[in-house]
Amino acid sequence: MQKKTGAALLSAVIPGLGQFYNRQWLKGLVFLLVGSAGIYFIAHDLAGHLRGLITLGEFPSRMVKVGKLTRMVEGDHSIFMMIDGLMALQALLFYTAFHLLNIRDAFLVGAAQDRKEPIHSFGESLRYMGRRNFAYLVLAIPFVAVVFLTILPLVFSVLLAFTNYADPILPPAHLVEWVGFGNFNKMITLDVWSSTFGGVLTWTLIWAVIATATTYIGGVLIAVLIHQPRVRCKKLWRTLLIVPFAIPNMISLLVMRNMFNNQFGPINSYLRALGLEGVAWLTNPFWAKVTVILANMWIGIPVTMILAFGVLTTIPRDMYEAAEVDGAGSFFKFRMITLPMVLFATSPILIMQFAGNINSFNVIYLMTNGEPVNPNYQYAGHTDLLVTWLYKLALNQSQYSFASVIGIVIFLLVATFSIWSYRRTRSYKEEDMIA
Amino acid sequence: MKLRLTEAIKTFVSHFLLIVLSFISLFPAFWIIMSSFKTGNSLFSDSLIPKEFTFIHYKELFEQTKYLLWFLNTLKVAALSTLLGTFLLLLTSYAISRYRFTGRKTTLTALLVLQMFPGFMAMIAVYVLLNTLGLLNSHWALVLVYSSGAIITNVFVAKGFFDTIPKSLEDAARMDGASHMKVFISIMIPLSKPMLTYASLMIFNGCFVDFIFADLVLRTEETRTLAVGLFRMVNQSNSTEFTLFAAGAVLVALPVTLLFIFLQRFLVDGLTAGASKG
Repeated sequence: MQKKTGAALLSAVIPGLGQFYNRQWLKGLVFLLVGSAGIYFIAHDLAGHLRGLITLGEFPSRMVKVGKLTRMVEGDHSIFMMIDGLMALQALLFYTAFHLLNIRDAFLVGAAQDRKEPIHSFGESLRYMGRRNFAYLVLAIPFVAVVFLTILPLVFSVLLAFTNYADPILPPAHLVEWVGFGNFNKMITLDVWSSTFGGVLTWTLIWAVIATATTYIGGVLIAVLIHQPRVRCKKLWRTLLIVPFAIPNMISLLVMRNMFNNQFGPINSYLRALGLEGVAWLTNPFWAKVTVILANMWIGIPVTMILAFGVLTTIPRDMYEAAEVDGAGSFFKFRMITLPMVLFATSPILIMQFAGNINSFNVIYLMTNGEPVNPNYQYAGHTDLLVTWLYKLALNQSQYSFASVIGIVIFLLVATFSIWSYRRTRSYKEEDMIA
Repeated sequence: MKLRLTEAIKTFVSHFLLIVLSFISLFPAFWIIMSSFKTGNSLFSDSLIPKEFTFIHYKELFEQTKYLLWFLNTLKVAALSTLLGTFLLLLTSYAISRYRFTGRKTTLTALLVLQMFPGFMAMIAVYVLLNTLGLLNSHWALVLVYSSGAIITNVFVAKGFFDTIPKSLEDAARMDGASHMKVFISIMIPLSKPMLTYASLMIFNGCFVDFIFADLVLRTEETRTLAVGLFRMVNQSNSTEFTLFAAGAVLVALPVTLLFIFLQRFLVDGLTAGASKG
């Protein structure tokens, strides 16, 4: 038998054994320690947790007779069991990866010894790893952070969509159960949910289209306006118009909510001073929608303006001069040179901004909080987007499973648009240009 | 003669439009600053510029709320998250951009997919997780969550930046015997300063104004951050103590706004780069 086969087999049975067989003592010891710790935890803890993930608890809180007294006995907490189960699953995956790597290492070192190459010392192995696998070393810390703080919670939230974890079924008083696609089904067929879902989804899409279009057109027009040769002090205008971008939008939105106040806000008082009737900016369903779009324009236009500026400065002057020689007017120059150039260079952002606007939480939450209330909606108002509805469902109404369903819907919406646009960007197409 | 006139009209109209737009752009800031100096506490006022100026609301702010403490908390959380987040972002984007390793495409796809989930979706789970780890009501929990989130949100801008650094630069250094670490520290980090400035500013700003997640994690008044404190104040006393809110808003917005205007050049560059690189 060749040494590589023997080493691989030994390592497959007990991690580190193959390394010993290859006479790499220190490395073998490290692998043996990690491996036995892993196997101990799998045998001792993991099975229970994984079982918990599948059953989500077997005993609800109940009264138990102890001697003459009846006592309340705390039942299984489904949600904690789910998180524990997920962590156990993750640990199992990590361990499996380690185990496979350990077999692979034993096999490779064994093969090298079959070729009569000298045995590396532990220090040499470490140095070799630093050279060969620098990328993995560098990625290790971010990887752990992302796995625990982003991926694990997201998997958990996605799984919630397939349970009945929603008020009044809240642990530890009740057990949560898996319900498959039940919540998705309810969202579409059950009237209370489907009418809200349809309404909110429609408004979300309308909002995303209008919000993207207004900020985009506004930003491009303002950039073109400033860029005209006849305009003096370009830098000053640019700085003045960038100000909305510099103020944290949480603050500016709260400020604008007060500006649009129906009774006492300055906008309505100016309108009244002009002899007009004030507008019910925040309380009328239609005007509330107008208000959030106006607020969004104020916040979003500067960003597009900056981007459009970047493009405008790259358009060569002689293109315009050539057009002038041919007798083109300023409108014609804008239509035939400026607009196509800007559109071409900024179209990927347009799609990204559209995807971003589907998720624009702050504007809605801080300006109107989704209000005015729509009596036909389940926990939502006229201006609520899917994201703000999700927030309300999860944090105010404890309808966690439905919130997760909405989250998945938003993900699908955003993913469709993003993947479509990402495939068009340079960083995807020119991926391996530098390598 | 006629041509001169139309040109003059066009120039006038353009400048007039710019004045109107600048007015709209500056009005909310101007109005809130003026309101914060106004006497009384109501939202309504008969004139934009108050008849008497007073600093009383700023004084009240420091007396009635733990404003200074909140400010220090925010600064601590934001500074630590910016440091850690930028560090993690630098590592991730550098490795993904400059190295071709097994699983690289998968990592890229995974990061892209993670970006598409609404941030709030995982909030409940993070909350439960922090609860089990006993990290609730701690600033460290915020720092951890913010900095790992920073990787996800900024990684493509940063990767795009590293993609533009020519490979030959690295090869030359390697030829002279520089190690991976040496190339990274003495060539790549200095070159990526503009990107790092942009990214850290974005992370800092994100931490500074987060009022949703921080509110969920921080349970006591002593640990609160500025954004949470201000948002709670607004929710409790929106129109009744409007001028106090105005003073608070000015003080919260001031540091970030100044930072943004001061670093305008980096922002414009970063934004443009991020957009064209995807």
